Amino acid sequence: MLNRRRFLMSTAAAGAAGFAALHLSPAFAQDAPQIQIFVPAAPGGGWDQTARTMDQVLRSEKLISGSQITNVGGAGGTVGLPQFISQWNGKGNSLMVGGMVMVGAIIANKSANNLTEVTPIARLTGEFEALVVPAASPFKTAADFVAALKADPTKVPVAGGSAGGSDHILFGLIAKTAGVPANELSYVPFAGGGEALSALLGNQVAAGISGFGEFSEQVKAGALRLLAISAEKRQEGIDAPTLKEVGIDVELFNWRGVFAPPGVSDADKAAMITLVETMAKSDAWATECKNRNWTQILLTGDDYAKFLAEDTTRIEAILKDLGLA
Amino acid sequence: METLGHLANGFSVAFTPVNLMWCLLGTTLGTAIGVLPGLGPALTIALLLPITYQVAPEASFILFAGIYYGAMYGGSTTSILLNTPGESATIVTALEGNRMARSGRGGAALATSAIGSFVAGTLGTVGVAFLAPVVVKFALSFGPAEYFSLMVLAFITVSAVLGSSSVRGLTSLFVGFVIGMIGVDLQTGQPRFTFGMSQLLDGVDVIVVAVGLFAVGETFYMASRRYAGKDEIVPLRGSLYMTAAEWARSWKAWLRGALLGFPIGALPAGGAEIPTFLSYAIEKKLSKHKEEFGTVGAIEGVAGPEAANNASAAGVLVPMLTLGLPTSATAAIMLSAFQSYGINPGPMLFMTQANLVWGLIASLFIANVILVILNLPLIGLWVRLLKIPAPQLYAGILVFATVGTYGISQSPTDLVILYLLGGAGFLMRRFDFPTAPVIIGMILWPLAETQFRRAMTISNGDWSVFYKHPLSLTLLTLAFIGLIGPHIWAYVEHRRRRGPEHVPGDA
Repeated sequence: MLNRRRFLMSTAAAGAAGFAALHLSPAFAQDAPQIQIFVPAAPGGGWDQTARTMDQVLRSEKLISGSQITNVGGAGGTVGLPQFISQWNGKGNSLMVGGMVMVGAIIANKSANNLTEVTPIARLTGEFEALVVPAASPFKTAADFVAALKADPTKVPVAGGSAGGSDHILFGLIAKTAGVPANELSYVPFAGGGEALSALLGNQVAAGISGFGEFSEQVKAGALRLLAISAEKRQEGIDAPTLKEVGIDVELFNWRGVFAPPGVSDADKAAMITLVETMAKSDAWATECKNRNWTQILLTGDDYAKFLAEDTTRIEAILKDLGLA
Repeated sequence: METLGHLANGFSVAFTPVNLMWCLLGTTLGTAIGVLPGLGPALTIALLLPITYQVAPEASFILFAGIYYGAMYGGSTTSILLNTPGESATIVTALEGNRMARSGRGGAALATSAIGSFVAGTLGTVGVAFLAPVVVKFALSFGPAEYFSLMVLAFITVSAVLGSSSVRGLTSLFVGFVIGMIGVDLQTGQPRFTFGMSQLLDGVDVIVVAVGLFAVGETFYMASRRYAGKDEIVPLRGSLYMTAAEWARSWKAWLRGALLGFPIGALPAGGAEIPTFLSYAIEKKLSKHKEEFGTVGAIEGVAGPEAANNASAAGVLVPMLTLGLPTSATAAIMLSAFQSYGINPGPMLFMTQANLVWGLIASLFIANVILVILNLPLIGLWVRLLKIPAPQLYAGILVFATVGTYGISQSPTDLVILYLLGGAGFLMRRFDFPTAPVIIGMILWPLAETQFRRAMTISNGDWSVFYKHPLSLTLLTLAFIGLIGPHIWAYVEHRRRRGPEHVPGDA
């Protein structure tokens, strides 16, 4: 589709051109390649942020001379994916950003295309999820929460993001581990973690599940109590146990990664893996991840493909339990 | 007093030449994108996010806030002149504004919207500076039950835009409900009315519907009547700006609009559209010139909603700055801009980032001043658009609507929908069905449905939540009064008028 930069210059005011130019830095290294990044989401969201941050870091590390970002948004990435598969086939200098949300959307939307058709390059970042309750809640620990859930799941309304998204999936996994039937859960979906936050602060729901970043400021301010996080180990500076520590054997990262199109040569694939790996190990990338509360969970090539297959199976099973697949 | 000190400090940040330049740039750019349908402030700010890597946080937020406020000003211009709303918040403005433009009062409509935006934007910004903590507390007391009751109230007020025939008006409203239901159901994740098309999973953009029904439909209608009637180029009547009588009719509408817009904008699921509907309904109820509504265009019907949308734009900043809670697409993108600086908006922001927050608030005041200075002299230029002969003008509108719609998501599907709705708009116009209720239906229905189902999920199927929560009960009572009040009023009037005739007989 249309290049954002060209579109903005041609349609919006002349001022926009000034910013776009500001964004384009002089070409540093003549031999550094140009790459294209396909974002199957509208500008501004997590995948778009990933693409733009990659562009920034790759250029500042002089790994590329520039990049072109294309946005085709809609339906958790399932509008963009078919286009990436058909129209970008074999383009060795291109990447698509995607993640766990897309895996879920493909299953829930019964999409004709899926991620086995593209070439996994690297899993880059993840956001672990947080289980929180309002400060006034009777639940002091995750065990209290699970006990109440076991007693009567319909009395424990939990707020989170859209139905079938990562927050809902985690709630399903917690319930499953605790032996509570997923179809009895009282899940209250909101358009995003932010809107769910207002329901928590207004004491309208018993608990909330969303990305840790959505709640962190309110936890610091004491308005919410953090019961547990879905990371694999305790996180520095976060005073809360992992779900595993409190006896709920669940680990979940809302991960994001990059894929090459189908039909790229092995040499192109290897070069792309090296490029992304070099970027992910740079200090500039580490700084950006820290600012944005992204945890680095780098996994490349075949390991990434294996992880993707396992995660797809796990998500499909839980979405079935939740009645969404 | 402390607030005034902070504000003075904020102005010292905003008044540096560099920051003033960012503010001017933002407001100019914002006005331009507001004028173009499709290019909204959310998309523009998203595309400009990479500048956060290059400039100081103060500068980029001043720029973004300028774009945000500017778009609110710009959106009304095309609504009034071309019946092509640039923003969903200015859809209601088109109703009366375009009528005014077509009866030669385009200048006054533009003036009341610019000055009303200034008044309400300034009041809203004062609200952000002084009332933020209070408003946030109020906003958080709104749960799903309260929202649903607010939607019921909004539905009652819809009758104001149903037009002369309520059967036709309700038909349009139900068409809007159906369009609003298209896409993935948020509560269950299941697709509805998508006919297996992945492009429809996210629903239909309200701007596409508004532009299709209003602008494209209108163009088809004009084209079909090209040889049937006279060529209408409306001469400008009277002063280019507002007359004393128009000032007198506008100022109260501005204040009422601002009072509605700011608190509803601050609600986590409030948005800018609902206060504009409510304001329109109130102005129509209170107006002494009801006959002008829907005919030659009533200035109150422009002044109120315009003030409401600008005040709500300010209201949206309250939960964003104080809770880190984005309540509109634009606020969500501004939030991600904060994150790229490693700043997390939340309860601590006013303390930890005082310079940034107060600089931003001060620049909002400045942006308002710049915008009114920018927009008032432009009115003379804009109204000349109306002197373009009809064929060229409508051809231009069609091009503009098409390019703008493509700009929303670069999706060919949207263009097909635009022209299908244009055809529908033409038929509706031809057979005298009002189009505005379609838009209102498609905005209100999904909100009402979602909030109702959330409320019922949380209460585990117990209906009493709607009348046991005091706020919800109050809203429902207001809605009830709105529903039967006019009938009682009419009855009382009737009795009073008949009264004197009976007195002699009784005596």
